[in-house]
Amino acid sequence: MCLAVPGKVLAIEDRDGTRMATVDFGGVVKEVCLEYLPDLRIGEYAIVHVGFALQRLDEESARQTLELFENLGMLQEEFGDPWEQAAAEAHGPEPVGGDTGTAAREVRP
Amino acid sequence: MKYIDEFQDPGLAGRLLDEIRATVTRPWALMEVCGGQTHTIIRHGIDQLLPDEVELIHGPGCPVCVTPLEVIDKALEIASRPGVVFCSFGDMLRVPGTGRDLFQVRGEGGDVRVVYSPLDALRIARQNPDRQVVFFGIGFETTAPPNAMTVYQARRLGVRNFSLLVSHVRVPPAIEAIMRSPDCRVQAFLAAGHVCSVMGTGEYPELAERHRVPIVVTGFEPLDILEGVRRTVRQLERGEHTVENAYPRAVRPGGNPSARAMLDDVFEVTDRAWRGIGVIPDSGWRLSARYRDYDAEHRFAVSGIDTREPAACRSGEVLQGLLKPHQCEAFGTDCTPRNPLGATMVSSEGACAAYYLYRRLELPAPSREGSSVV
Repeated sequence: MCLAVPGKVLAIEDRDGTRMATVDFGGVVKEVCLEYLPDLRIGEYAIVHVGFALQRLDEESARQTLELFENLGMLQEEFGDPWEQAAAEAHGPEPVGGDTGTAAREVRP
Repeated sequence: MKYIDEFQDPGLAGRLLDEIRATVTRPWALMEVCGGQTHTIIRHGIDQLLPDEVELIHGPGCPVCVTPLEVIDKALEIASRPGVVFCSFGDMLRVPGTGRDLFQVRGEGGDVRVVYSPLDALRIARQNPDRQVVFFGIGFETTAPPNAMTVYQARRLGVRNFSLLVSHVRVPPAIEAIMRSPDCRVQAFLAAGHVCSVMGTGEYPELAERHRVPIVVTGFEPLDILEGVRRTVRQLERGEHTVENAYPRAVRPGGNPSARAMLDDVFEVTDRAWRGIGVIPDSGWRLSARYRDYDAEHRFAVSGIDTREPAACRSGEVLQGLLKPHQCEAFGTDCTPRNPLGATMVSSEGACAAYYLYRRLELPAPSREGSSVV
């Protein structure tokens, strides 16, 4: 939830008196409220948090951050199915392998 | 060295590390305020790459973690009531209340829904005029403006079956509380970048001056963290204590003026309890008087809930930087992400979860001398 993700504005429309945008987050497309960045234009990038554009971002910074987030799986964490994630945490095996480690007992002091 | 491979620019990371090593002459303790920064630090092993003299202490900046148990229990109570649709961000689903969590409430038949944005909850309210729709409004200065806008829109559109369970918190009073603690070891802060995207940097100079503590606004990528550490250490070594912005691509000095104006309209500052820490004066927001009709606590009159913190959970000490997660006796044994005792283990931004998930268990510590690692 804390994650704020850069996205690119694809389209803008007024909906019930609210300025809304269709925003592309590295392939995942979401509806985003532009009320806090009303002068954001199509083609520009912004940092988006829980469906709200909060600050304008230059394209290069946005692209680099999106690539990094994708490589780290953070986009899946942000936009994936939260029920599946919760169920996996509740009922699935303890996290093992990869960069999740194997056992907490081995944690370095 | 797979963690290092994930740096966007290994060459630049190496140069930043070299400069930090060349600058530091004695031990310094820095606190990163934001849970997102903790996540990056542990995931990339930045704490192990830094020279021994530089210690990173994890701060209280995980919104899920600091939400008091009492508020979680109120959420569970409201979500269990018939006729209620309870909407939340996904990372609140498994935060333990006294005895159960939202995930279990849903299993028992409660209408708990996960939304990406608070505006989604407002849409659900408009689509279900015969139901009461409640949104769980937690988080720092980054999340408060979206929630404020949603309440504003509910009033503007005349939506009466929507309300907010509010538990918003503010960073500057938390920094003040940490610096006032007699056990405080923190000598400098890496301030949370996205909080400052909204609020700007104006709240920090007074704090930096009063406590003679450097505050460097820092982003969330590995290079951002290293740059924040570099600037902080440089100030400490020079005996300086100013506010610097190391995240200018996302932080303007004045923040986001329209978001701040909306915060001032919809919320008012109030004392707030932080889980494991206690009440910090002026550290939170509640709905202002003209939006009180949208306060779920008033609408549902939730009180008298028997709230009990697990005795074995030491998350309060973790949140204040007094204890590292793996120094807790329950860590990894009685407390795991599958069976968390406290929110710091269940939240993906929590320090305990970060230690559990990303500690480089299978790898030796990276060489501090070898520039080859970067």
